[in-house]
Amino acid sequence: MVNKIKTLFDKVWNEHVVVAETEDVPAILYVDLHIIHEVTTPQAFSLLREQGLPVRRPDLVLATMDHSTPTTPVSSFKDLEIVGEGAAMQVRQMERNCKEFGIELLGFDSVERGIVHVIGPELGATQPGKTIVCGDSHTSTHGAFGALAFGIGTTEVGHVLATQCLLQRKPKTLAINVEGSLGRGVGAKDLVLGIIGNIGVNGGTGYVIEYRGAAIEKLSMDSRMTVCNMSIEAGARAGMVAPDDICFEYLSNKPRAPKGLDWDVALERWRRLRTDDDAVFDKSVNISASNLKPMVTFGTHPGMVVGIDDPIPDNRSDASFRKALDYMQVEAGKPMSGNKVDVVFIGSCTNSRLSDLQEAADVMKGQRVADGVRMLVVPGSQQIKKDAEALGLHKVFVDSGAEWREAGCSMCIGMNGDTVGRGQLSVSTSNRNFEGRQGVGARTVLASPMTAAASAIRGVVADPRPFLRS
Amino acid sequence: MQSITRITSRTVVIPTSDIDTDQIIPARFLTTTTRDGLGQFLFNDLRRDSNGHERNDFVLNNVEAEGCRILVAGNNFGCGSSREHAPWALLDFGLQAVISTEIADIFRNNALKNGFIPVVVDNNTHDYLLANPGIEVRIDIEAQILTIGTDIEIGFPIDSFSRYCLLNGIDQLGYIRQQTAAIASLEENRPWKP
Repeated sequence: MVNKIKTLFDKVWNEHVVVAETEDVPAILYVDLHIIHEVTTPQAFSLLREQGLPVRRPDLVLATMDHSTPTTPVSSFKDLEIVGEGAAMQVRQMERNCKEFGIELLGFDSVERGIVHVIGPELGATQPGKTIVCGDSHTSTHGAFGALAFGIGTTEVGHVLATQCLLQRKPKTLAINVEGSLGRGVGAKDLVLGIIGNIGVNGGTGYVIEYRGAAIEKLSMDSRMTVCNMSIEAGARAGMVAPDDICFEYLSNKPRAPKGLDWDVALERWRRLRTDDDAVFDKSVNISASNLKPMVTFGTHPGMVVGIDDPIPDNRSDASFRKALDYMQVEAGKPMSGNKVDVVFIGSCTNSRLSDLQEAADVMKGQRVADGVRMLVVPGSQQIKKDAEALGLHKVFVDSGAEWREAGCSMCIGMNGDTVGRGQLSVSTSNRNFEGRQGVGARTVLASPMTAAASAIRGVVADPRPFLRS
Repeated sequence: MQSITRITSRTVVIPTSDIDTDQIIPARFLTTTTRDGLGQFLFNDLRRDSNGHERNDFVLNNVEAEGCRILVAGNNFGCGSSREHAPWALLDFGLQAVISTEIADIFRNNALKNGFIPVVVDNNTHDYLLANPGIEVRIDIEAQILTIGTDIEIGFPIDSFSRYCLLNGIDQLGYIRQQTAAIASLEENRPWKP
């Protein structure tokens, strides 16, 4: 008997199967939106050229440049200096590839340019029920809209360009039920760090996560994106949230969302996507949001995380754990709060949206960045930059002594010249605290925008809650 | 792609858990438009000190590592970014397989598409491999058997389609393109258009 009770994931998956999976062959899955950037695509376009293949559906490709691009403030992008010959070549190649294969590129001069996972939603190209892929692991971000969205490698980018399809084994489903509600000064970043700390950096391997429960339903779209963004840090293929009125409201005025009668039809379809009552997940985890504190990482992967004033755990018997603590120059038994900070970075596809900047600005207002601390604020898109400036947020940051930049991935991945120095401690709103991620020998502490701002003011890893006006 | 049936080699061991793709190849080396020549940057920040000199205490710099084609790594290898530059760098360096207790999803997908073989083993086998660096290992993709030294033989899982493609040197893009009619039919007949 066919089981008609389905999860959100099952519904999206089933609708996109071109050829069904068997034991011998994976499914061929159709892709509705393919987002591309300059770093993981050049070799895929080369493959098309070698085989003489066109891009099957250039109209379903959204192209921009974000990783290698500078974020230094300029009056005109024509004057922009790209750091490094390789990066400059990638940018030029991207322009050439898009032109040759008929793909619209939101390039340097575009007001719609930004980080891939920020502009998809912002333009309304990200929609419930779509399958979305990109040569970037944080593609899981788009799952916040009830899309099935995941990162792929460059060979697969070539497959999608040529056929609009991917070979995929069906993943298992993991329900993460989050009850309660987040306390004051505790945000979506703290929640997802708490989840990864709970299930581990491989806790989601082989699964697509659906985040559910009262705490998730209350989150804004920006917050849901932060949570889904870091699904990959738990090893999960993707993270999803059921689309609801908060989601529909967000999309209703976005330029590429359906309009008029198309909107009504889409809305009816989107409302049917949520997981059926009594649907069964392969695995479930329950988490309470109410007890969460501001969370910070202490080690070299996102699962090594503690409450800001809690002692760093001790796991002396594990050599990898000891190595991580040595690298970070922190001690078991002591809290992360109070550790001296050199750099604060607010940005990345995890936390560079308007509400993230707003939260950081609320903490920064009337305060100064501590002496000796460099603070970089990098909006996720040129649109967010414009919106933030309209609200005067840039003035809060600049007046406090922070740098206000153009949109891009920037110091999250350090490919564009924005890096953290050797041995320096960075409190960062990005998603990875791997060794050397932000620069050779850089020590990264992942945190929320509020915690990052508080740490910039204090000059040490600091709890944001004393800075919040009630 | 060339067909691969089996790999026989001594092992080189990096026992660290959770080796992420940023460690396999740091992001600053991704500013390339080809897939060649990445082996020189493999594990760059572990292999070289701040002056760019090779570190004596990193195993791949040692004489014993020369000619080894099988890497034994700590738990959960390949987590993090989707960069296919990771398997490209491993292959270009001369490695052809990794053995661990768990391999991250995207890395595994990328690896198999390039003929780099991810092998998952149980904790006991893993402990034995970690404790015996340099031991001769044979990975038989056809029989799905891992032979360690002279007397340990165990099976290992590998996705059946990937195995078929590896053994026959099949290009997966060619396989998808054979389904062009089915793809066009889905595009035509689906109830809504993206």
